[in-house]
Amino acid sequence: MIEEFKNIINILARPYIMFPAMIVAFIFIFPATDGLMKINRRLGLYKLWTNNGGIAIFAFLFLGFGFGLTDPNFRAIVTKPDNVPIVGLIFLVVFFLWFALKQAWENDEREAKGLRPNEAEDAKENILVWPDLVYIEFIAMLLISALLIVWAIVLKAPLEQPANPTVSPNPSKAPWYFLGLQEMLVYFDPWIAGVLFPTVIMLGFMCIPFIDNNRKGLGYYSFNSRKMAISIFLFFWLILWIFLIITGTFLRGPNWNFFGPFEYWDVHKLEALTNINLSEVVYMILLNQRLPDNILLREIWGILALLGYFTLTPLILAKTFLKNVYNRLGPLRYSIFIIFMLLAASLPIKMFLRWIFNIKYIVAIPEFFLNI
Amino acid sequence: MSDQPNALAKFLDWLSKTQVAKAIFRTGIPKNRRQRMTVMLNNVFLHLHPVRLPKHAVKIKYTWCMGGLSFFVFLVLTVTGILLMFYYRPTVEYAYGDIVDLREQVPLGIMREIHRWGAHLMVITVWLHMFRVFMTGSYKPPREFNWIIGVVLLVLTMLMSFTGYLLPWDQLAIWAITVGSNMAGATPILGAAGPGSNLLALGDVNFVTSASDARFAMLGGRFVGEGALLRFYVLHCIGLPFIIMIFMIIHFWRVRKDGGISGPV
Repeated sequence: MIEEFKNIINILARPYIMFPAMIVAFIFIFPATDGLMKINRRLGLYKLWTNNGGIAIFAFLFLGFGFGLTDPNFRAIVTKPDNVPIVGLIFLVVFFLWFALKQAWENDEREAKGLRPNEAEDAKENILVWPDLVYIEFIAMLLISALLIVWAIVLKAPLEQPANPTVSPNPSKAPWYFLGLQEMLVYFDPWIAGVLFPTVIMLGFMCIPFIDNNRKGLGYYSFNSRKMAISIFLFFWLILWIFLIITGTFLRGPNWNFFGPFEYWDVHKLEALTNINLSEVVYMILLNQRLPDNILLREIWGILALLGYFTLTPLILAKTFLKNVYNRLGPLRYSIFIIFMLLAASLPIKMFLRWIFNIKYIVAIPEFFLNI
Repeated sequence: MSDQPNALAKFLDWLSKTQVAKAIFRTGIPKNRRQRMTVMLNNVFLHLHPVRLPKHAVKIKYTWCMGGLSFFVFLVLTVTGILLMFYYRPTVEYAYGDIVDLREQVPLGIMREIHRWGAHLMVITVWLHMFRVFMTGSYKPPREFNWIIGVVLLVLTMLMSFTGYLLPWDQLAIWAITVGSNMAGATPILGAAGPGSNLLALGDVNFVTSASDARFAMLGGRFVGEGALLRFYVLHCIGLPFIIMIFMIIHFWRVRKDGGISGPV
């Protein structure tokens, strides 16, 4: 019975089931538009951000971990010393997510009643930094020092065998905070996952204050008045950042194969590699002929698809789905915004192309190491 | 027993009136409002803060303390890191043995543990700080530039952690860095395994090879070896801390200059 339950969890945890499920859940839990907000209200999802909701979330987390720890495979991965911070990270991120959104929804309710946010009520009073802030800082420092000392005594820093360039461990993993990038390597070549995307992510983050020209919600927690910005940010932060790291740490085993949380990390697990390139789909499957020798002719479909993706989609979206966004941002801001969004969306798109059509590369020019 | 605190208070009172104490702490024990204000101005460390703040700004539910804790953990890492440098030699010959000695031979040998867990903790606190700043909309004008500095600090924090990851010179270390640095080899144009690597060529002579590309610059060699260890050590102990401190100075300065901690207008 329990084994069957674990098997079900293992299957549900597979990326092609879990990831779409998370995206769908995300859209309703963090509604980006008024329409979605109405559905959120009707489903009562906003109740997650109340005290009872918090208790429910944490009961679920603790029960899940408690149950998981009874399983030797789960325990082996989670209690690895270098993985402990990520377990902590999960709880901290969930807690602070709840903490931020609870205050945000409270302030939204106040705003709906015509009241100012809670922070504004507090800000009416000025206080002296000595002693009110200095003492808080002092206590925070003491607590964090105590935490670090206890952590250091209880858990030894890992030290494996001396470095040996001839014996590579399987799997070889980057430090945990880069595992999101390593996870992207499944879907993109290193020049995209390891160089282009990190650069784009950091540039994108730096551009946030210049793209988001909504002046509301400065200096207090809020959701409703800036729900589009918050939803987009949370999508990056929770799913493409934290969740990919968790996947890379806990669910990727030998040969970077996917393993469910209760699955034994079998080095000999076989995964059929049946991936094909878009050019092969077009010429060999659809047109039933051999690949042309000319590189440009061979890859023209992928190149056209990419050009269309980065030129036509922004125009179509500006006229239809993102009309309001375009009107608010203006042409320059909108262009920068949409390029970042399209780059970001290329990751889920590539994932789905891989899962559904087994597509490896849209444009594959291995002659120049240029695979997209 | 009941007059014990009284005696202590009397002693502290006397102590604060001695010439030595007055020479060091000009304000004395801050008791009245004026002293509480002047102590913030007279002390160079406290002077990072303003004298007065709106009440919401000191509430933990608003700031989560994450920015301050990131800075504090950075200081802890600096202190423990200096202590570790006493024992550690960045050569392929000695590095691993020195780490084993740190664990086995050094009294109170938890400095490496504090340093390692502190490094993980700092990455987490910096992320949560960024999350908080976003959720309170604190990146909005006039604080746009400080958000950029913050993103730079986030990158530098991860680079600090990444360079430190190699130093124990065990299997975990070199293979994690191998995975990470292989990406540098795939840099477009500048990496030997990246697209356009044969664009920088003169006739048949290729300028970007595995002995001259971005990965080689990072590792000081074709693979993670002696050169990489020294480079990562210098970057970890001197180079990156130097840069990160400059950016931290700008970050803290701009917090004050951009109108202090954010709040409802």
